[in-house]
Amino acid sequence: MTFINYAAREINCKIVYYGPGLGGKTTNIKYVYEKTNPNSKGKLISLATETDRTLFFDFLPLDLGEIRGFRTRFHLYTVPGQVFYDASRKLILKGVDGIVFVADSQAARMEANLESLRNLDLNLKEQGYDLRAIPYVLQLNKRDLPSALPVEEMKRQLIRKGEPVFDAVASKGTGVFETLKTIAKMVLLELRKGR
Amino acid sequence: MPGTDLVLHEEEFTKIRDVISRLRAECNAKVVFLVDKNGQQIAAIGELSAIDTTALASLAAGNVAATDSLARLIGEKEFSVLFHEGERDNLHISVVGGRVILVVIFDERSSLGLVRLRVKKGSTELAAILDVMLKKSASPRKAAAGGSPFAEITDEDIDKLFSD
Repeated sequence: MTFINYAAREINCKIVYYGPGLGGKTTNIKYVYEKTNPNSKGKLISLATETDRTLFFDFLPLDLGEIRGFRTRFHLYTVPGQVFYDASRKLILKGVDGIVFVADSQAARMEANLESLRNLDLNLKEQGYDLRAIPYVLQLNKRDLPSALPVEEMKRQLIRKGEPVFDAVASKGTGVFETLKTIAKMVLLELRKGR
Repeated sequence: MPGTDLVLHEEEFTKIRDVISRLRAECNAKVVFLVDKNGQQIAAIGELSAIDTTALASLAAGNVAATDSLARLIGEKEFSVLFHEGERDNLHISVVGGRVILVVIFDERSSLGLVRLRVKKGSTELAAILDVMLKKSASPRKAAAGGSPFAEITDEDIDKLFSD
């Protein structure tokens, strides 16, 4: 649900990073924060536990500049990936405009990827969204690990609708901005359609 | 309501600003702030220079969302008011019209009783303005003065955002 403010001439969009626990959602957002010009970003807020696990959400506001005289702002959120934080995940999906699914490439985490994807589908449905209709990008993270599954195998299991797929090593920044740019573009194109 | 964007026009914005300005004066508050339930800031007035308003909006919405869920867990419809008491400043958070969040920050120059009283009155006025805003948001974009500026966004416009 994009917020269009004609008075302040701003467009505000919400992008949510979803995926299994320890998959690299927060790492994605932190990298974006570190590499973004100070004038274009707000404070990075992390509601995390003492051991740095996301408890509620991470939040990063980004200012992408002007489009047709409107300041374009993106609010990036991550959800807590751990299974038992489902109530929090549902809350964060409210009003979402675009979703990045951060999958963990390690073979041992494939089941967790699939479970998280099912959970995303279910939580979206509960709020009246459809995964097939909403702007959606799949990121295959941790490609540098020796235990990473082949890309083709991951795609076979995780692709839902022909969405764009990016290989990533979020800790080094590989694929992070490509993913963000693509989802942001998809959200803006959706805005053009006017729904 | 997924799919319905929230659109704020100049006319409603001015009305909202008038109401929250008056509310701020009446309760002697430092800041009065209006946030959409999804965390988007709608309007703010007062001593804002020391406050990160974007973060405040997001956290207030998160706070209300979590509290709403807590309420439902114990069989309540909602907790309509949240109050956080600090050493110097206090935070009064309430939900207006089921859709937006009104945040009042005040210190010892005001009191909880005064804030509660004034917020109640201000909320009724705000709810009426928001009603109009939501109805306009739900109607086709072309209802906006001058038509929708987004229908004509080109791929080039979007690429330009990411040029650096």
